[in-house]
Amino acid sequence: MKTYDADVAVIGAGPAGMAAAMELAARGIAVTVFDENSAPGGQIYRAIDAVAGERPATAGLLGPDYLHGRTLTATFPAFAVDYRPSAAVWQVEGDGSLGYTQDGRARVMRARFIVVATGALERPVPVPGWTLPGVMTAGAAQLALKTADLVPEGPVVLAGNGPLLLLVAGQLADAGTPIAAVLETTGPADYLAAVPFLPRALRAPEYLKKGLAMRARLRRARVPVLGGVKSFAIEEAGPAKAVTYLRHGRKATVTASLVLLHVGVVPNTQITRQAGCAHDWYAPQRYWRPRTDAWGRTSIASLFVAGDGAAIEGALAAECSGRLSAIEIAHAMGRLGQEERDIAAEPIRRVYARHSAPRAMLDALFRPPPAVIAPALDDVVVCRCEEITVAAIRQAVAVGCLGPNQLKSYARPGMGPCQGRMCGLTVAEVIAAERGVAVSDVGYFRIRPPIKPLTIGELAALEDAGGME
Amino acid sequence: MFKRLDTNKKSAIPAVTIHFEGRAIAAWRGDTVAGALLAAGITYFRRSAISGTERGPYCLMGACFDCLVEIDGAPNQQACLRVVQEGMRVARQDGAVALDVRPIGTKDTVA
Repeated sequence: MKTYDADVAVIGAGPAGMAAAMELAARGIAVTVFDENSAPGGQIYRAIDAVAGERPATAGLLGPDYLHGRTLTATFPAFAVDYRPSAAVWQVEGDGSLGYTQDGRARVMRARFIVVATGALERPVPVPGWTLPGVMTAGAAQLALKTADLVPEGPVVLAGNGPLLLLVAGQLADAGTPIAAVLETTGPADYLAAVPFLPRALRAPEYLKKGLAMRARLRRARVPVLGGVKSFAIEEAGPAKAVTYLRHGRKATVTASLVLLHVGVVPNTQITRQAGCAHDWYAPQRYWRPRTDAWGRTSIASLFVAGDGAAIEGALAAECSGRLSAIEIAHAMGRLGQEERDIAAEPIRRVYARHSAPRAMLDALFRPPPAVIAPALDDVVVCRCEEITVAAIRQAVAVGCLGPNQLKSYARPGMGPCQGRMCGLTVAEVIAAERGVAVSDVGYFRIRPPIKPLTIGELAALEDAGGME
Repeated sequence: MFKRLDTNKKSAIPAVTIHFEGRAIAAWRGDTVAGALLAAGITYFRRSAISGTERGPYCLMGACFDCLVEIDGAPNQQACLRVVQEGMRVARQDGAVALDVRPIGTKDTVA
């Protein structure tokens, strides 16, 4: 293929994607935005237009941080952007070609630059019973509220750690949901670990205030928040679920009809891995992130990552990140001189620095709980799709399997529909523990296209002269 | 497991009827299929292709692939991403998808 269909393709219409697209369009650059949902907002601002327009009680529950998304979605339609909702991108290449499916038809397009703004995933929570119906992520409960006005009938148990766990607990409590307990893994050692990072976090004190307000909200609602939980397991108990947890050296059980899990969010690296970008291990939060420069450019010169997909820094930082990538692309296209670029970037970098300031403290405070993310019990399911347990992985390592890609041949984790989104990190933790090596040395699954479902019929009918390699 | 918030004016949102395994379900315009099924009290959406175990939605954002259902005859649809349309026919996906294999030369009726 020799011609370009657009100057820039942006994948994802969350805060980073929308901010990047609007910045590009404002500079007269032809930009196409692909998003797999039917309306803009990503996950953080999912269904924001519908909620703000038709569902005021829901808007009240979700609060001003969520409603901030309207500053983006309300202005986004006014920009000259080729916006493709309900479009799933299944392949991205370094030469700018991008394969996607929209309205049941697969197509390929080519852009000079691609901005990956596909955000984050909730990190997998491989505890016993996590595959049972009625066990979901805390983020899922929030999405159920955003997209369909659904609240749990209760009682609910929330378990894990992180700001989203506490936020969702508070929102559900405000909605009147009976919460049996919040089982928090955060304990004294985590608070201690966070202290050195507190001064820097105070550059953006609103984040700390919000954290304290979340806890106060739960106390007011008399929600039992039990800190220092070491581990937890879920079992069926008739129609309900029994959550057994280890805390302060003792085991206890609490019953729920819905269990919500959350141990933080990690960058969604499916596209950057499939495209072949370099990734680095971020030890404080035990996740892989694409290697990027100060503009979000990856190891592939025409491929940028903006927002939580580059590193977890939150929604407001994501807007800054998107704009910076856009400005650098404008410079790379010759629309902005270097000095103009730096002048345009300067105020954005100041805002960005402010929103990233609390990150080190949050990452230390909400360290992934070892007993949860590196499961030790043999019969815990690691790969949900293929139902592969810790035992199967240990057996593979015992007969010589060294890493996740070899493991695919031994036992199939990572080969199911989710392509390792739910097991990649856990597989590496289990192999590393078995081998006695660092998780970063074990590596991650090689991700192959298509990264979203594509039928043979769609592929065969692909309308493009060049096609994908 | 889930219920609709009762504090919004429900009449403001148009109703959409979908069908789940022969049963008519009242959904709201803009619902995802997953949202509509959860609102109707459906707790599991498929039986696993490996062990036949019941699976329900986990992430609701298109990452876990546990919400796979059949929609209007097409299998492997992520219920959390598809938006309800009037008259949509949804069914649980029971195990692995069976390929409809026909000899070469037969007219392919799969859409």
